[in-house]
Amino acid sequence: MSDGIHTVRGRIFDIQKFSVHDGPGIRTIVFLKGCVLRCRWCCNPESQNWEIEGMIQNGVKKTVGRDITVGEVMTKVLQDKPYYRRSGGGLTLSGGETLCQPEFARALLLACRASGINTAIETTLCADYSVIESIAALVDTFLVDIKHMDSEKHRQFTTQPNDRILENAKRLASSGANMVVRVPVIPTFNDTPAELHAIAAFAHDTLKAKEMHILPYHRLGYDKYIGLGREYLMGDLPSPTKEAMTFFKDICMSAGITCHIGG
Amino acid sequence: MAKFHIIDLERPPRIGRLIDTLFDHMPEIESDRAVLLTESYMQTEGEPIITRRAKAFANICEKLPVTIREEELIVGSATKSPRGCQVFPEYSFSWLEAEFDTVSTRAADPFYISEETKSTLRSVYRYWEGKTTSELATSYMAKETLLAMQHNIFTPGNYFYNGIGHLTVDYAKVLRIGYRGIIEEAEKERSKYGFAHPEYAARTHFLNAVILSCNAAITFAKRYSALALEKAAGCSDPKRKKELLQIAANCARVPEYGASSFYEACQSFWFIQMLLQIESSGHSISPGRFDQYMYPYYRADLEAGKISPAFAQELMDCIWVKLNDLNKVRDAASAEGFAGYSLFQNLIAGGQTPDGVDATNDLSFMCIQATRHVLLPMPSFSVRVWNGTPHEFLLKAAELTRTGIGLPAYYNDEVIIPALLNRGLSMEDARDYNIIGCVEPQKAGKTDGWHDAAFFNMCRPLELVMNSGCDRSGTECDGTQIGPKTPPVTSMKTFEEFFDAYKTQTEYMLTLLVNADNSIDMAHAERCPLPFQSCMVEDCIGRGKSLQNGGAVYNFTGPQGFGIANMTDALYAIKTLVFEQKVMTMAELKEAVDHNFGEDIPDRSAQELTAKEMRRLADSGKAVTESLIKDTFRRLKCAGNTSDFQRAKYRKIRERIDSVPKYGNDISEVDDFAREVAYTYSRPLEKFKNPRGGQYQAGLYPVSANVPLGAQTGATPDGRLAFTPIADGVSPTAGKDTNGPTASCNSVSHLDHGIASNGTLFNMKFHPSALEGSTGLESFIALIRGFFDQKGSHVQFNVVSRETLLDAQQHPEKYKSLVVRVAGYSALFTTLSKPLQDDIINRTEQASF
Repeated sequence: MSDGIHTVRGRIFDIQKFSVHDGPGIRTIVFLKGCVLRCRWCCNPESQNWEIEGMIQNGVKKTVGRDITVGEVMTKVLQDKPYYRRSGGGLTLSGGETLCQPEFARALLLACRASGINTAIETTLCADYSVIESIAALVDTFLVDIKHMDSEKHRQFTTQPNDRILENAKRLASSGANMVVRVPVIPTFNDTPAELHAIAAFAHDTLKAKEMHILPYHRLGYDKYIGLGREYLMGDLPSPTKEAMTFFKDICMSAGITCHIGG
Repeated sequence: MAKFHIIDLERPPRIGRLIDTLFDHMPEIESDRAVLLTESYMQTEGEPIITRRAKAFANICEKLPVTIREEELIVGSATKSPRGCQVFPEYSFSWLEAEFDTVSTRAADPFYISEETKSTLRSVYRYWEGKTTSELATSYMAKETLLAMQHNIFTPGNYFYNGIGHLTVDYAKVLRIGYRGIIEEAEKERSKYGFAHPEYAARTHFLNAVILSCNAAITFAKRYSALALEKAAGCSDPKRKKELLQIAANCARVPEYGASSFYEACQSFWFIQMLLQIESSGHSISPGRFDQYMYPYYRADLEAGKISPAFAQELMDCIWVKLNDLNKVRDAASAEGFAGYSLFQNLIAGGQTPDGVDATNDLSFMCIQATRHVLLPMPSFSVRVWNGTPHEFLLKAAELTRTGIGLPAYYNDEVIIPALLNRGLSMEDARDYNIIGCVEPQKAGKTDGWHDAAFFNMCRPLELVMNSGCDRSGTECDGTQIGPKTPPVTSMKTFEEFFDAYKTQTEYMLTLLVNADNSIDMAHAERCPLPFQSCMVEDCIGRGKSLQNGGAVYNFTGPQGFGIANMTDALYAIKTLVFEQKVMTMAELKEAVDHNFGEDIPDRSAQELTAKEMRRLADSGKAVTESLIKDTFRRLKCAGNTSDFQRAKYRKIRERIDSVPKYGNDISEVDDFAREVAYTYSRPLEKFKNPRGGQYQAGLYPVSANVPLGAQTGATPDGRLAFTPIADGVSPTAGKDTNGPTASCNSVSHLDHGIASNGTLFNMKFHPSALEGSTGLESFIALIRGFFDQKGSHVQFNVVSRETLLDAQQHPEKYKSLVVRVAGYSALFTTLSKPLQDDIINRTEQASF
């Protein structure tokens, strides 16, 4: 492997170890900065802008975002190799949107291949398919966010229509990629049996995905919006109850797909 | 067919009732043993000590009250009252006599004692003045040693005031041939030494003592048989009557003869376990590999259709309850160091056979289940993990961890076996190890390990370096030179100079620690050789001498150091800030440390220091006035910080220290350093020898002494404030490991666990959410596996939420049975002292993200 990939630079805002909910086993998540969507409920609003910015946290101003080389990221990632090996875990690229930094993402995935580390990316698939294609072979698990089947509603809540996302998901599925569909369950947006069932049916019938995760909306991002000087658009909507989530899970299962609450 | 027959059984209703009976009252101190012991001693003046010990043991076995508690299936109790304790004046007694009126109200481990018992013990104690092991040991010690102990550099208190314990005997042998078989063996051995043989006297008296002790044990069991018959005769419930008759039959056969059924083996095991703790007050008498030596009896009964798994489980549950029926009263200070009424009876499942194949069997799983059924601190339940450990076994163990009981502790064969080989054990013996007490490995039935030989506070040598060998235990130097006069720190030009001074102080103090332990060792050999326990350890009979005289095949002394994290962080901060970055001078740092970084010290500590200072003044003939006391208290309380300007300056220094990387975050440079710091303790120890012909070996664990001994330690240059707890075991300082569980595991595994062959202790705390679902369990197991792959030796977990613990402090009545992991053992949370509770709450909690 040439040194080339290790000097590739990208922009991240966090590296989180011992994550057990984003892909198989014990994982290290690298959060890339910058996203094409602006989901109203996003719990990591500091992930959205490409620009490095300041955020006040517990009264202290902290800089969000830093430029880093693949080599530097891999030093961190490799520290937990014994745990990946024992758990089938590895690296998960999350964001932000990984696909916004294709060269960096590709270099990281290549470096993982070279070290025998399992890879996953958490993505909206909102990019040119050529970008997805350029990394697809290096990704062991795609955690694909499908938020809504209705394009207009999708646009209202995320600023982008869903046509390209669904189209990319289909193409990726037909290429044989290992895909898990993830759905944030957001009150007033998609928390009805019909809307969730539609996603489950798409995941099962069209994508032939083996698994689906439904993730309950939570308000933990609230402080970050305030810290960034932004408005929290979700108001004080409550999180779905445990009972509601169990009900939604059964709805999704009725479409024939295996469904878990949480990752 | 599946390899293991794993059955999830409900807890039998009997077990709940047995537990309720046990925890109904505050444990009580009883005097029967002390009276019987003394009665015998008075009749045997002038006889060989080994004979006197055996006769005293026999007197106790013949006359100690026998008690069968309601519904028990396994019988034999050391005391009339549940969870009561006997006392052992032959080791020491003055502390208890001094605490008669406070022992029932003290914070850590209170015991009820009746006025009658007090007066009985007072009169018994008069006999023992000048005759105890602790008095003899004191007279053997160098004056330098006594001075260092006075200044709390280390404490060998455990064996100084009590029996040794810390032993796993050859249970398998007694189960197989009974005490009758051992008597025959001793007789045969005795016959080799004719009247004219030069070793006739030494060996014959010892072997006679063994025979007498074995007969005493048989007598004791027969008394239980008779009691059970008597109770059966008066029992109107036909079911219980049948049980009592079975108990009578069991006790008539075992432990005199080899066990002929699983039930008999259980009863036999219990007599061994209980009687060992009647003979001496040593704790950590550990059942060891119960799943291994009991399995043949279980399998035979199962194959013959003589037992159901459910009944076997109930018998094991009964044993688990009985292990909590034994108790021990310690002095107030030790009670804080060993808080939780713990006897550290460590029982271990899984691992390898002596041949090196996997040893896990159905009983291994049933041990886990018994622990789940009783959810009590005893036994200290452990599991052995090796590369070939079945995953289903770890899953069951992890499920037990998830209950929050703090059990089991996990041990890594792949580190411990080579570490024991390095200490001279044979391959077969090393593979057959079990754990004693907290974390200490030994080969059962062949070892006198002296595993808990002393606490060595690794922070104290650093305090000595800062003051050129003078003690400054607190905020002011009293000027006593207790260590070597190393150069003033302000004159030091390089970090190496400083580190060398630290090594010099440590090594000197270690020689004194060895002096203390060897003196105590001699005193036990001279005054309290133990023929009963010796008869179950190879090669005491063959060598014709007791364990205390060097009868065991393997002999060790293992004192434990603690404070690795603090010393790593402190030395690393000094290296970085003073000698490399030069952002502060040593004088500035010393000044800040001496003034507790500008912070006040806790009232309790200030009061103690004031009292000490006043005593010193009074002793030197100075007048102590009310206003002098007040002034001194005020000065000590604020650690000499007179102005806000000074305080701010010292706080700034502490902030700088805080910004230096800390141990526990997977930073190689710091972790390399931790390894070196641990060597300053573990390497010099290896060269020392004990009077039994064995070697010293280091342990790195604190039991719970990091809290009380921290309360005797001034501020340290890692930013730790004066008199606060020291980091426990090899764990990072609470709150300083901020990069998650994998990072702390990586740091800890970076230490050389192989050289610390007396055991290392790593505490982790998880929020219950981290172990939720099968994903949580699998990740948890993978974490242990990953840690062990990197040569970690031991790890244990508290899985209980911070909120729960805080609530338990507020409402102890609601949490009577909340068990938490303290150090190498679990204890009932509400029985722990407030500072120790706080320490547990403050350990870094790892959640999953």
